[in-house]
Amino acid sequence: MADKVFIALQNNAEAQPIIEAILEDNPAAVVNETPGMVKIDCPGRLVVRRQTVEEKMGREFDLQEMQINLISLGGNVDEDDDEFVIAWHT
Amino acid sequence: MAKAKRIGLKEKYRLMTRGLDWETTYQPMDEVFPYDKYEGIKILDWDKWEDPFRLTMDAYWKYQSEKERKLYAILDAFEQNNGHLNISDARYMNAVKLWLQAITPLEYGAHRGFAHVARSLRGAGARVALQMQSVDELRHAQTQLHAFSYYNKYFNGMHGFAHLRDRAWYLSIPKSFFEDALSAGPFEFVTAISFSFEYVLTNLLFMPFVSGAAYNGDMATTTFGFSAQSDESRHMTLGLEVVKFMLEQHEDNVPIVQAWLDKWFWRGYRLLGLVGTMMDYMLPKKVMSWKEAWEIYWEENGVALFNDLARYGIRLPKYHEVASKEKHRLTHELWHTLYQFGNALGFHTWIPDDKELDWMSEKYGDLFDTMYRPRLLFLREQEEAGKRFYNNRLPMVCQVCQIPIFYTEPDDPQTQCVRIVQWANTKHHCCSDGCADIFNLEPEKYVQALIPPQQVYRGEAGGATNIFEYAEWLHLEKDVDTGEYRGSPDHRNWEAWQAEQPTPQARKTGKAA
Repeated sequence: MADKVFIALQNNAEAQPIIEAILEDNPAAVVNETPGMVKIDCPGRLVVRRQTVEEKMGREFDLQEMQINLISLGGNVDEDDDEFVIAWHT
Repeated sequence: MAKAKRIGLKEKYRLMTRGLDWETTYQPMDEVFPYDKYEGIKILDWDKWEDPFRLTMDAYWKYQSEKERKLYAILDAFEQNNGHLNISDARYMNAVKLWLQAITPLEYGAHRGFAHVARSLRGAGARVALQMQSVDELRHAQTQLHAFSYYNKYFNGMHGFAHLRDRAWYLSIPKSFFEDALSAGPFEFVTAISFSFEYVLTNLLFMPFVSGAAYNGDMATTTFGFSAQSDESRHMTLGLEVVKFMLEQHEDNVPIVQAWLDKWFWRGYRLLGLVGTMMDYMLPKKVMSWKEAWEIYWEENGVALFNDLARYGIRLPKYHEVASKEKHRLTHELWHTLYQFGNALGFHTWIPDDKELDWMSEKYGDLFDTMYRPRLLFLREQEEAGKRFYNNRLPMVCQVCQIPIFYTEPDDPQTQCVRIVQWANTKHHCCSDGCADIFNLEPEKYVQALIPPQQVYRGEAGGATNIFEYAEWLHLEKDVDTGEYRGSPDHRNWEAWQAEQPTPQARKTGKAA
């Protein structure tokens, strides 16, 4: 199995729609919660889609806003207006 | 009305980071950027460097100010609601003291280091990202000091972090780590701090430990910790980009980068022993053990990162297997060291209670039950009999990492690990093969390290002739700032506050019982 990438977000109200969107768009993603923090692991590649987050939030969302609640990540990042992708290239 | 089409992120990033600089004509470029070639790193095309977050300065200010507003609103609420009364136990506060003394000065060191590197590299895209990081690091130092200043009103040992930083023997561990990086060239600095330290290792600090702060009711540390770590994810990504960039630019860079990864993995790992000890021993309510954190954040996530770099010819850092062998004992050995030198520490130490010992047995198994539990129980008996054990000397410390030489052989937890290295006519002691290798690669650098216990014994600590005079020179009051937790003013205040809270006039009080 591919090595896992991960993203960790603060466990607060603002981050909930982002977490929901990630789980919807990445069926292999697994949530690990510890106090204050949600870590999402996913084999190989994980994508955050702006459109899905906007549907969950009910408002416009700039993917760079995610930085406010982002704690950490593991993997190569590629970000544009529509997608924030974390991937291993192995 | 048709909505004006916004400029795309990629295009915006290109416009804001390219074509900003120029080839100098009054002075040759090598004079303007004197430091970015001597390390041997060959860069053919700086424009190939790209920040994957594509963060531009305008967006940077916008999101950073948002983070600050959130953080300070929470700190205000915490203080207005007597937040110090809501932590799990006053023992917890000793982890915060160690953070303030050991980690906050590193944030300031990082601010200085990145400002220097942001001036030193000739690629404008890289300079923009490094400049943001320099500002981030200053923010981290400031927000930590603001958050901790509240606790300083109620708990001892937090009154003189800047004085301690340059004088306390145990703080030379983080200080020498950072000065080693600051005195290296710009590419090594970025590899050391952004990649090896931040990407590979600081997840262990900012994720399980800060999550532990949340679990222990420390809203202040949780908030600045996660706020800092949100910058950190940008820094980590920068570190990985810089490493990939060097590896892609020229094959001659590969062995240089590998040697830095070997060195800084081991340097960072040794430093993080302090964090592991905070997690296992100083959090009254525990989230995960050092061993579990090591397995998740190194053996799983860190190794994945190195697997990703294998396509460039990079292998796992030297002695990673030693670090994994040590995960069963690292924190127990280090806590024992700190416990016995407690008369010269700016925080308290203690023996864990029975519930905590059971947690350690569950997490660490046989080795803990045969080696460390009996020792902790013996020390507790001694303390209860009025013979609390102190080693009232200063330890021999490693010439490279400056940690006392009390760790054990990788394959034998009953034999002290010592390596003697030689340079010119002098002999020096190292704690491990990892540190001995680092010494042997640059002996001219490490022989210059001032080793605190030796300096103290030479009379360089205000002429102190024993550990108590040395502690006074550190501005640490015996048994108030130093020594055993049980019976300390912090402990007694805590019990009083629990019994009759709220006590709005309560302040830390002086003398020990």
